[in-house]
Amino acid sequence: MFNKDHVVSIREFEREEIDTILDHAVKMVPIARGEKKSLELEGKVLATLFFEPSTRTMLSFEIAMKRLGGQTIGFANPSQSSVKKGETLADTVRMASSYADIIVLRHPQEGAARLASKFSSKPVINAGDGAGQHPTQTLLDLFTIKEEKGRISGNHIGIAGDLKYGRTVHSLTHALSMYGGEMTFIAPEGLQMPDELTGELEREGIGYHKTEDLESVIDQLDVLYMTRIQRERFPNEEEYEKVASSFNLHRGMLDDVKDDMIIMHPLPRVDEISPDVDDTKHARYFQQAANGVPTRMALICLLLDRNRGL
Amino acid sequence: MDKENRKIKISPIRNGTVIDHIRKGQALKVVKILGIMKQDTDSVVSIAMNVDSSSGKKDIVKVEGRELLREELDKISLISPEVTVNIIDDYVVKAKHRVKLPGTIKGIVRCRNTTCITNQKEPVEPEFLVIHEKPVSIKCIYCERETKGEEISENLR
Repeated sequence: MFNKDHVVSIREFEREEIDTILDHAVKMVPIARGEKKSLELEGKVLATLFFEPSTRTMLSFEIAMKRLGGQTIGFANPSQSSVKKGETLADTVRMASSYADIIVLRHPQEGAARLASKFSSKPVINAGDGAGQHPTQTLLDLFTIKEEKGRISGNHIGIAGDLKYGRTVHSLTHALSMYGGEMTFIAPEGLQMPDELTGELEREGIGYHKTEDLESVIDQLDVLYMTRIQRERFPNEEEYEKVASSFNLHRGMLDDVKDDMIIMHPLPRVDEISPDVDDTKHARYFQQAANGVPTRMALICLLLDRNRGL
Repeated sequence: MDKENRKIKISPIRNGTVIDHIRKGQALKVVKILGIMKQDTDSVVSIAMNVDSSSGKKDIVKVEGRELLREELDKISLISPEVTVNIIDDYVVKAKHRVKLPGTIKGIVRCRNTTCITNQKEPVEPEFLVIHEKPVSIKCIYCERETKGEEISENLR
């Protein structure tokens, strides 16, 4: 089942639709790796409108389109575009949708993707709008959990870092509330998961715990999802250093963890995962980033399929 | 204040709309929400504030010669849900009803999120879904930020 015209927010998805995307993404893996050729989207053009830089996300969408035989156009820097001359987003999107078959939008303002979807005659995929939504990140996170653990539900998932302001962890928590399992939120005081989101878990009957101490829970987890703690959230450098050091995951903390526990991170990381974790059997963050390609390929195909013949 | 005094201050109108039981201090905002002053109208609009009533102080707005549409009036419930509306015909109350919050609010409130795309120079009106009626809470359909209570009247356009 998939009946979306645009992909703006993960909150608009039913679990069945997410499952459809993830099932489709599995089939895309050999094509994403270059092991199998595909011309499924030959003759189709994807426009990447990036009003703020995000190299990884843009490359991932471009590769996804090209591996399927499609073409890409777009910009990665608005200072080189008509936006600098004062053109509205509405006009830019209207124009781009008359050139291309599908649009990927990254924008610093929240709600930009919803606005774009109202003015575009072609499907719009939100690749991040300010502190708002970034649904393809959530989809690739879910895809990674499913690929690595065999299923999404039934896992004990720990999410660590800045859980108050992080949009990635909010979207992921919402999505996981559709699947079930156990959750532990690991955050410094004042940066814990907002009640609005834990309320959703309660309504779905999903058990969760909150803690400030990563080491006390790490050996119980099936998945540890690390995120960055931002310096600007703290009144001074001293406070930040104190908290950040307790959220710095290093090899020594992995001695007693479950054998098949995996560590994820949306990247880029700063100090929260030490490089000595990279070559442990638990590290999956680079694989996770790579999973962005098959997930986005699946999404592009489903959106274009739905719009074919319109 | 006795009944006689009140009558003098708030004289009846012959035809039109009386918006009664407005929350104390909100009358000017009600006029603003209804856009009465922006419209090309000759109607006499009277505003009474801090009027005594059985349940404390209230405001009243009277619009003479015009029967305001129900959809227009329902917008008032955003800031003053207790309002009652009286349609007057030849000094007689022809109809009386309470305002009811509509499911969506468009163009009346601006999003309090300064980085919401609707606060930029884009050709869209801010639009909200009503997610809770008492107390009123609305959610921007663009940035998904919630606005409630006092924040709503502070962000009237």
